[in-house]
Amino acid sequence: MLEKALKGSKKYWLWVLFLLSIIFIGFLCYLYQFKVGLGITGMSRDVSWGFYIANFTFLVGVAAGAVMIVLPYYWHNYKEYGKITVLGEFLAVAAVTMCILFVFVDLGQPMRVFNVVRFPTPNSIMFYDVIVLSGYLLLNLICGWTVLHSEYKGTKYPSWLKPIIYLAIVWAPSIHIVTAFLYQGLPGRHFWLTAVMAPRFLASAFSAGPALVLVAALLLKKVANFDPGKKAIDSLAKTVAYAFIINVLLFIFELFTAFYSGIHSHQAPIKYLFVGLEGHAEWVPFMWVATILAIIGILLLVIPYTRKNETTLVLACIAVFISCWIDKGIGLITGGYTPTPFETITPYKPTLPEIGITLGVWAIGFLIMTILYKIVLEVKSSKELVVKYEGVLYKK
Amino acid sequence: MYNAEKVIPFIIVLIVFFTIPMWLNFGRLEAIPQPELPKKEKKCIESKEYMRAYHMKLLDNWRKKAIRENQHVYVASDGKTHTISLQRTCMKCHTNKEKFCDKCHDFVITHPDCWDCHIAPEVAKKWQ
Amino acid sequence: MAIKRRDFLKLTGLTLLGTAASAAVGDLLTRGEVKAQEYTSPPEALKGKRWAMVIDVKKCKEGQKKGCGKKCIEVCHYLHNVPSIPDKKKEIKWIWEDKFEHAFPEQADEYLKEVFKDVPFLLLCNQCDDPPCVRVCPTQATFKREDGIVMMDFHRCIGCRFCMAACPFGARSFNWFDPRPYVKKVNPEYPTRMKGVVEKCMFCYERLAQGKIPACVEACPANALIFGDLADENSEVSKILKERIAIRRKAELGTHPSVFYLID
Repeated sequence: MLEKALKGSKKYWLWVLFLLSIIFIGFLCYLYQFKVGLGITGMSRDVSWGFYIANFTFLVGVAAGAVMIVLPYYWHNYKEYGKITVLGEFLAVAAVTMCILFVFVDLGQPMRVFNVVRFPTPNSIMFYDVIVLSGYLLLNLICGWTVLHSEYKGTKYPSWLKPIIYLAIVWAPSIHIVTAFLYQGLPGRHFWLTAVMAPRFLASAFSAGPALVLVAALLLKKVANFDPGKKAIDSLAKTVAYAFIINVLLFIFELFTAFYSGIHSHQAPIKYLFVGLEGHAEWVPFMWVATILAIIGILLLVIPYTRKNETTLVLACIAVFISCWIDKGIGLITGGYTPTPFETITPYKPTLPEIGITLGVWAIGFLIMTILYKIVLEVKSSKELVVKYEGVLYKK
Repeated sequence: MYNAEKVIPFIIVLIVFFTIPMWLNFGRLEAIPQPELPKKEKKCIESKEYMRAYHMKLLDNWRKKAIRENQHVYVASDGKTHTISLQRTCMKCHTNKEKFCDKCHDFVITHPDCWDCHIAPEVAKKWQ
Repeated sequence: MAIKRRDFLKLTGLTLLGTAASAAVGDLLTRGEVKAQEYTSPPEALKGKRWAMVIDVKKCKEGQKKGCGKKCIEVCHYLHNVPSIPDKKKEIKWIWEDKFEHAFPEQADEYLKEVFKDVPFLLLCNQCDDPPCVRVCPTQATFKREDGIVMMDFHRCIGCRFCMAACPFGARSFNWFDPRPYVKKVNPEYPTRMKGVVEKCMFCYERLAQGKIPACVEACPANALIFGDLADENSEVSKILKERIAIRRKAELGTHPSVFYLID
């Protein structure tokens, strides 16, 4: 089926070329980092994780979020998701690949990465994270590819796949719970030391992941005559709405605990992020952008009219996606490291090469997504005759 | 086999290409590296043959024992004891990394990263 | 009979797999070739069950007044080839001095801050009895030795910096660059580090093996640092801690630091 990705319109190739050029720039930046060391990033002794790990954390969520489409389809036999299920699975493939790459570019000694496998250490959460992430990648690749291949051949997927699909569904939350455990079990990092971290991660995952699928599906509808189905879009929009509201609520619970208890150390990171602390306010504008986007997103998703209108729905989904990215990406990481163990503040700002590498990884993810989605579209369109006449889709 | 007349010659070309270094140095004795041996000491901690074949495994064991198991002394097969330390034991006799270690390592194109951290005697001398 | 392409590919794959497997098995077998010689610890090595340090902050203050020149830091950083990097953000340090309110932020009310205004607090790895850094390390590159020292195996560290996130004491430094250009005076007896690994104080394990106490303790002219075995009732540290008032950094986190600060 891969050959389907090799034939495309001019627009398709332009898009691929665009992604490849960003990947190339990112790769050059990475070579620089590989030679000089992680010192080329904005990270420091006090803020020892930054942009890479922030994006990793966020993308684990996107990957896990795909399960919100796969689960209703296979588990509850919700037929409306039939067309977008494979989109969800392939989104997970792209997202997990990015996750693995982000962890890899964050390593100080990348050539030794297999030490994690050579010296398995069950007391380290990282050990489990490696297992669940690579497992999830494999599961989604197998499920998505096999189902699509069966469709290509015009048959139903083989019966041996069913248990694997179920396993993938159960596996999905695990990747995000384990990733939350990376953070929430560390003493002395007040912003992270909260039992609500894992639920928060799941809620943001189940909103950001489907939001991206929604945007992608509606985009494909526009540029590639792909019809995801009105009902599917509507159901997915509701999923995004509920999950995102729960995500925001969980954050408000955090605020309550920190500020009603009056415990200074729990308040400090939140103050640093939202109003600034001791003259440092590097991330305040970002956090307020996230807040405003969250409010806009919720309003657009809750009001039935705007949720059903495709334009406003796409806007809402983009708002949710960016809001989650700021909150769970950069906010979570800098908040965890601020203040430092000495109750001082060391500001963190990503450098240009660091951003270049980050964009490069994102471009790799989008390239994988583009190629896989292209195959999906070709396979699906070869199975049905769709005619577009004056902007209206007619199906045979 | 399809296209045998193209495939087989191509395989042969590939084999020749990848074995070029071997053909180029075939039978040339001067290509064999001559590491400079210490003048004062005649015997290393183990036999010459053993050291030649297994020094990397010995060193790997050394670091495991010293760092991970707090065993800082090696009792050689002749019963003599040696402090486990690359810089304080090995390099006290082999006083030049370039003339000893690198000779063979360069020849077989292997680049152990020992010297990214451990300081070769000649490097230490230049440093001050 | 002509070979089908499918079968050919299958065969090739199998052969490759077989080669890889036999190489792996061969590697495993030759591992046994290392001469099974004995390894021991030298007779002069200092042995303990839980090494600990007591820091008398008043004595340290007096020592500094008399102009000790922070010998402890200087000697430690020289002996271990710790680079002096001017950029505070990328700094590497094994032992350093900080203010009371930074060492003990949760205790620092105005009165105590005033009391300890000019008192230097020497900070170093606490060699915790239940170290969170060891718990999180995915490769056992950092691990706890039987005598309580939290070790670093620089050969194994992949530089993921999970341990830095886990350490509540900010005791760990990362090599953001190749540290060598920042090592001015080199100790040829000890290695440097390479870029991309985490490092910290290891209670001079290499000196303990030679029967010497940690360098900072030996170097202090004011005897403000005391080193000993906490598991030994009669050791100097045990005796002092029974008589005088000592505090530990962030004891509430349950990591059980082995560095104590005498404050009376």
